[in-house]
Formats: sequence, C-alpha cells, structure tokens
Amino acid sequence: MKDRIIEKALLLAALSAVGILALITIFIFREGLPVVFSKGPGEFLTGTVWQPSHGHYGLVPMIVGSAIVTFGALIIGVPLGLACAVVLAEMAPPRARKILKPTIELLAGIPSVVYGFIGMMILVPWIRNNPALGGTGSSALAASIILGIMILPTIIGISIDAIEAVPRSYREGSRALGATEWQTITGVILPAARSGIVAGVILGMGRAVGETMAVIMVAGNSVQIPDSILKPVRTLTANIALEMSYASGQHEQALFATAIVLFIIIMILNSLAGLARRKKKRKRKLKGDPASGVEVA
Amino acid sequence: MISLPRILHPRHAQVVAKAVLWAMTLATVGVLFYIIYFVLRRGLGHVGWDFLTEMPRRSGSVGGIFSTIVGTLYVTGVGVIVATPIGLGAAIYLAEYTREGRLTRIVRFGAESLANVPSIIFGLFGFAFFVTYLRFGWSILSGGLTLAFMILPTIIRTSEEALRAVPASYREVALSLGASKWQAIVRVVMPAAAPGILTGIILGVGRSVSETAAVIFTSGVSLKMPHSLFDSTRTMSVHFYTLTMESISEPKAYATAAVLVITILLINVAAYALMNRFTRKFR
Repeated sequence: MKDRIIEKALLLAALSAVGILALITIFIFREGLPVVFSKGPGEFLTGTVWQPSHGHYGLVPMIVGSAIVTFGALIIGVPLGLACAVVLAEMAPPRARKILKPTIELLAGIPSVVYGFIGMMILVPWIRNNPALGGTGSSALAASIILGIMILPTIIGISIDAIEAVPRSYREGSRALGATEWQTITGVILPAARSGIVAGVILGMGRAVGETMAVIMVAGNSVQIPDSILKPVRTLTANIALEMSYASGQHEQALFATAIVLFIIIMILNSLAGLARRKKKRKRKLKGDPASGVEVA
Repeated sequence: MISLPRILHPRHAQVVAKAVLWAMTLATVGVLFYIIYFVLRRGLGHVGWDFLTEMPRRSGSVGGIFSTIVGTLYVTGVGVIVATPIGLGAAIYLAEYTREGRLTRIVRFGAESLANVPSIIFGLFGFAFFVTYLRFGWSILSGGLTLAFMILPTIIRTSEEALRAVPASYREVALSLGASKWQAIVRVVMPAAAPGILTGIILGVGRSVSETAAVIFTSGVSLKMPHSLFDSTRTMSVHFYTLTMESISEPKAYATAAVLVITILLINVAAYALMNRFTRKFR
C-alpha cells in the first residue's frame, strides 16, 4: 500500500517537467494572444515598425536581428566547436583531455552578464577603433562573436557524445584499410556522427536565439533592419527584456507576443534536434549495431 | 575537406590538420582563461572584506554588495529546495520504477524542452504566473520558484544518471535481505548515488547564481535587506547588470564581476571533484 502511494508520488514528480512546460505555454500565450488577435498576426509577423506608443508592433526587425546574430554565432561557433570536439574525442591524450574537458565545460558556467560585460569592455571598443570595421562598435558583429563563444559548450558537449557513440569497429576497419587517423576522422567518424553533430548545432542555435543579457549589452538594440553587420540590431529577446520594466497594457501584451514567437522558434529547433538524434538511433538499430544500446540521448 | 589531402600526402595533411585543430582548441581555452583573468585582474583589487559585508549605498556606487549576496542565497536556496525533491523523485521514477516506453519518452521530451527554454521566457512566465497571477509580487518566492522550474531538468538528468550508475547488485542484495523496493532505494541506492545527485544540485546552484533574465522580472531589483520570502531582492547578477548598464560605477561593477566569477569557479570545481570521485567509485 505504502509502496503504491510512493510510486504515484514519484510518477507525479516525473510528470512535473511536462506540466511546467504546459504551464509556461499557457501563461505566455494567455498574456500574448489577446493583442495578436486584436491586431492580427500579420501585424506582428510582417510589420516592420515597432512603435508601442502608436500601437505599431511589427516584429520583422527583431526577427531579422535574431536571425543575423544567430547565423553569425554559428559561423564562429560551429568550426571552433567541431574542432574542440574532434580534438577532445579523438586526438587528445587522456591526461590532456581530463584537464581540457572540464575547462571547456566551465565556459557554460560563466554568467551571461559577464560575457556581455567582456563584450562591452573589450570587443565593442575593438570593433569601434579598428580602421577596417568602425561604427559604434555595438553591433550585430559584436553580438555574433559573443554568442559564438557562448554556444561552444552546447556544440562541443553534444558533438563529443556523438563522436564517442561511433563504434570502435568503424575506426578499426578504416585504419585496417590503410587510412590515416585524419582520413578516418573526416571520412568515417564525422559522417557516422553527423546526425548527432547536427543536433548539437541546432541546440546551439537555440541557445543563441534565446540568449538575452549578453546580447543586450553588445548589440546596440536599435530597432532597424541593418544594412551591415557593423550596425546595431535588436533581437527578439532584447526587445522583451529592454521594455518589460516599463511596459503596461497592450504594450506588455505585445512583449508576451514577442515571447510567443521566440517560444515557437525554440520549440521548432528542439523538435528538429530531437528528430536528428532519433534518426541516428534508428539507423544504428537497423544495422543491428551493438552501440545502439549504449548510446543515451 | 576531403579534396584537400590530394594536394598533400595524407600523412602531411594529417600533421597540418592536427595542428590547426589543436590551435583552435587552445584558442577556445585561451578565451576562457582570458575572460577569467581580465575580470579578476580588474576586479579583485576592489574586493575586500568590507565590499562583501557592507550594504550597497547610493544605488551601489558606494559601499558593498552584502544585501545582494543575501538575496542571491535566498533566491537560490528556494530554487534548490523546491527543485531537488521533485527532480530527484522524477529521476527515481525514471531509473527505478519504469522501463523505456512512451511515458519515459514524454517525460524526457518535457525535461529536454524545459532545459532549452530561454531564461527570458522563464522570466516572463514567472512574472505572469507567480508575480501577477498568484500575487506573490516581486519577491524571493517568485524568483526562487522560477529558478526551481529552470534548474529542474538539470537535477532530473544528473540524478537519473547517478542512480543508473549504481550497479544492479546493490539492489539485488538489499532486496534479498528482505528490504522493500523503496527501502532498497532509500537506504542503499540513494546513498551510493549521493555524490552524483549532489553534483546536479551544485550545478543547479551555479545556474541560479549566474541567472539574470529570469530573476530580474520575478524578484525585482530592491537593494534593501530582505526579511521575508515576500520581500523583493536583487541578486548579484542582476546588481552587476544594473551597475554596468546604468553606468553607476565601473570599479564596483568589476568587483561584483570578480565575486561572481570566483563563486562560479568554486561551484564548478566542487561539482567536478564530486563527479570525479563518484565515477571512479563505480568504474
């Protein structure tokens, strides 16, 4: 009897995460949808003017801003992250690995406000004073670089798992055919780990889209569609955080509507990452690969 | 990448590739060390005993950060105290009570999605739900509960991994001695998994301490000393953000950043050391 109650209580705890996710969805939509309906979804998704005082709530500049800095972050974060993952999973001797891995994981622990601060103090002045770059410094470029560093732990962590899940026999087979270590990595291991790496990159994208404080501190935040990466941009997240402290009424609802757009983007990225991971597992299972049982998503 | 080796002999291509990849890795580590070095070098000089124990005055341009340290402790405390039992319960259910199936897929989907929800959305949700709907106001309670939701996935995942790492023989012996399933879990499995579980909790503390977006809209920005769970408070991260963005005081900003970074370093080292000991035990 007692065990029954305990099991029910544990089940309830297990379902809490789904419950919380539902609660978040309900409350974000509940607060944001009224203004979406009264203005029409088109105003938000295709409008280019954001002037809450005049009832204009066009999110296009922010959507473009988020897209630019996310894309920029990937350009910086993906090559660096992949390089680190390959080195840690395939090249580094165990002792070096034991030091390097926790060090890189520490990158995930640094508060985003500290990243933003470093960006403000070092990166923004550097861009401003660099003759080849110029501008105010607070720009899409600065945000991209900071975000590129911030998404590294996500990309590296998931890519390492994916690379390590590639069965030993693949490596041995490749080496036995006379391939060098490097040929094995590019020709066999990375292709085999591809869907896991893709999942890591997608989740890294999600982190870049969702990051707020660091972006606010370096991106300049003016509402405009920039014609160069040296121009300031405002992201969806920045739009919420900057105006939330004084918004009220319909303006506040419009910020929740911004959050709805952000939330939908994140959930799409989550699902894509989940798909990529499941594809990998299914492939392994079809081949009757012994590693499929070991790999935990 | 594939066509590159044709120019070079594969063995030479390998040397070049390895050098490039190592350089990129060391550059990444270099960035991390530079961030830490930069913050500590500029900040540590302004950190003294008085900075840690004095109340902030005149928006924080004078005095210390004492009330923000207390605020951080309270908010983090509420978060961890609420999230740990729920997260541990979920982990026990996943690891001990069920087989992989539709239910575990749903639970894992929920936990993974929650882990990827941006903190600004947690902040907005906490504002709409705790602050406004439940009328907790800007308070330690609102901020702590929001953080609890945020760190829940971390605690579920690490605890589940820790429980699964405990060998089946532990359970079998306990059960064969007449223990009930729950007794075996509480007396044998959980103690063995404790360091791993604790690692998850410490990581949750780290996330809570460094969080800004989720607490600024739920706990508010009051610099006063909080006296109850319903008082508004400002955490260290929020204080640091305000000092920087409102250009209140650069030395105080650097000093607060130094305190934050040292706290995070200690938390991560502790988590790593614990995890290391734990994994060695069951290898």
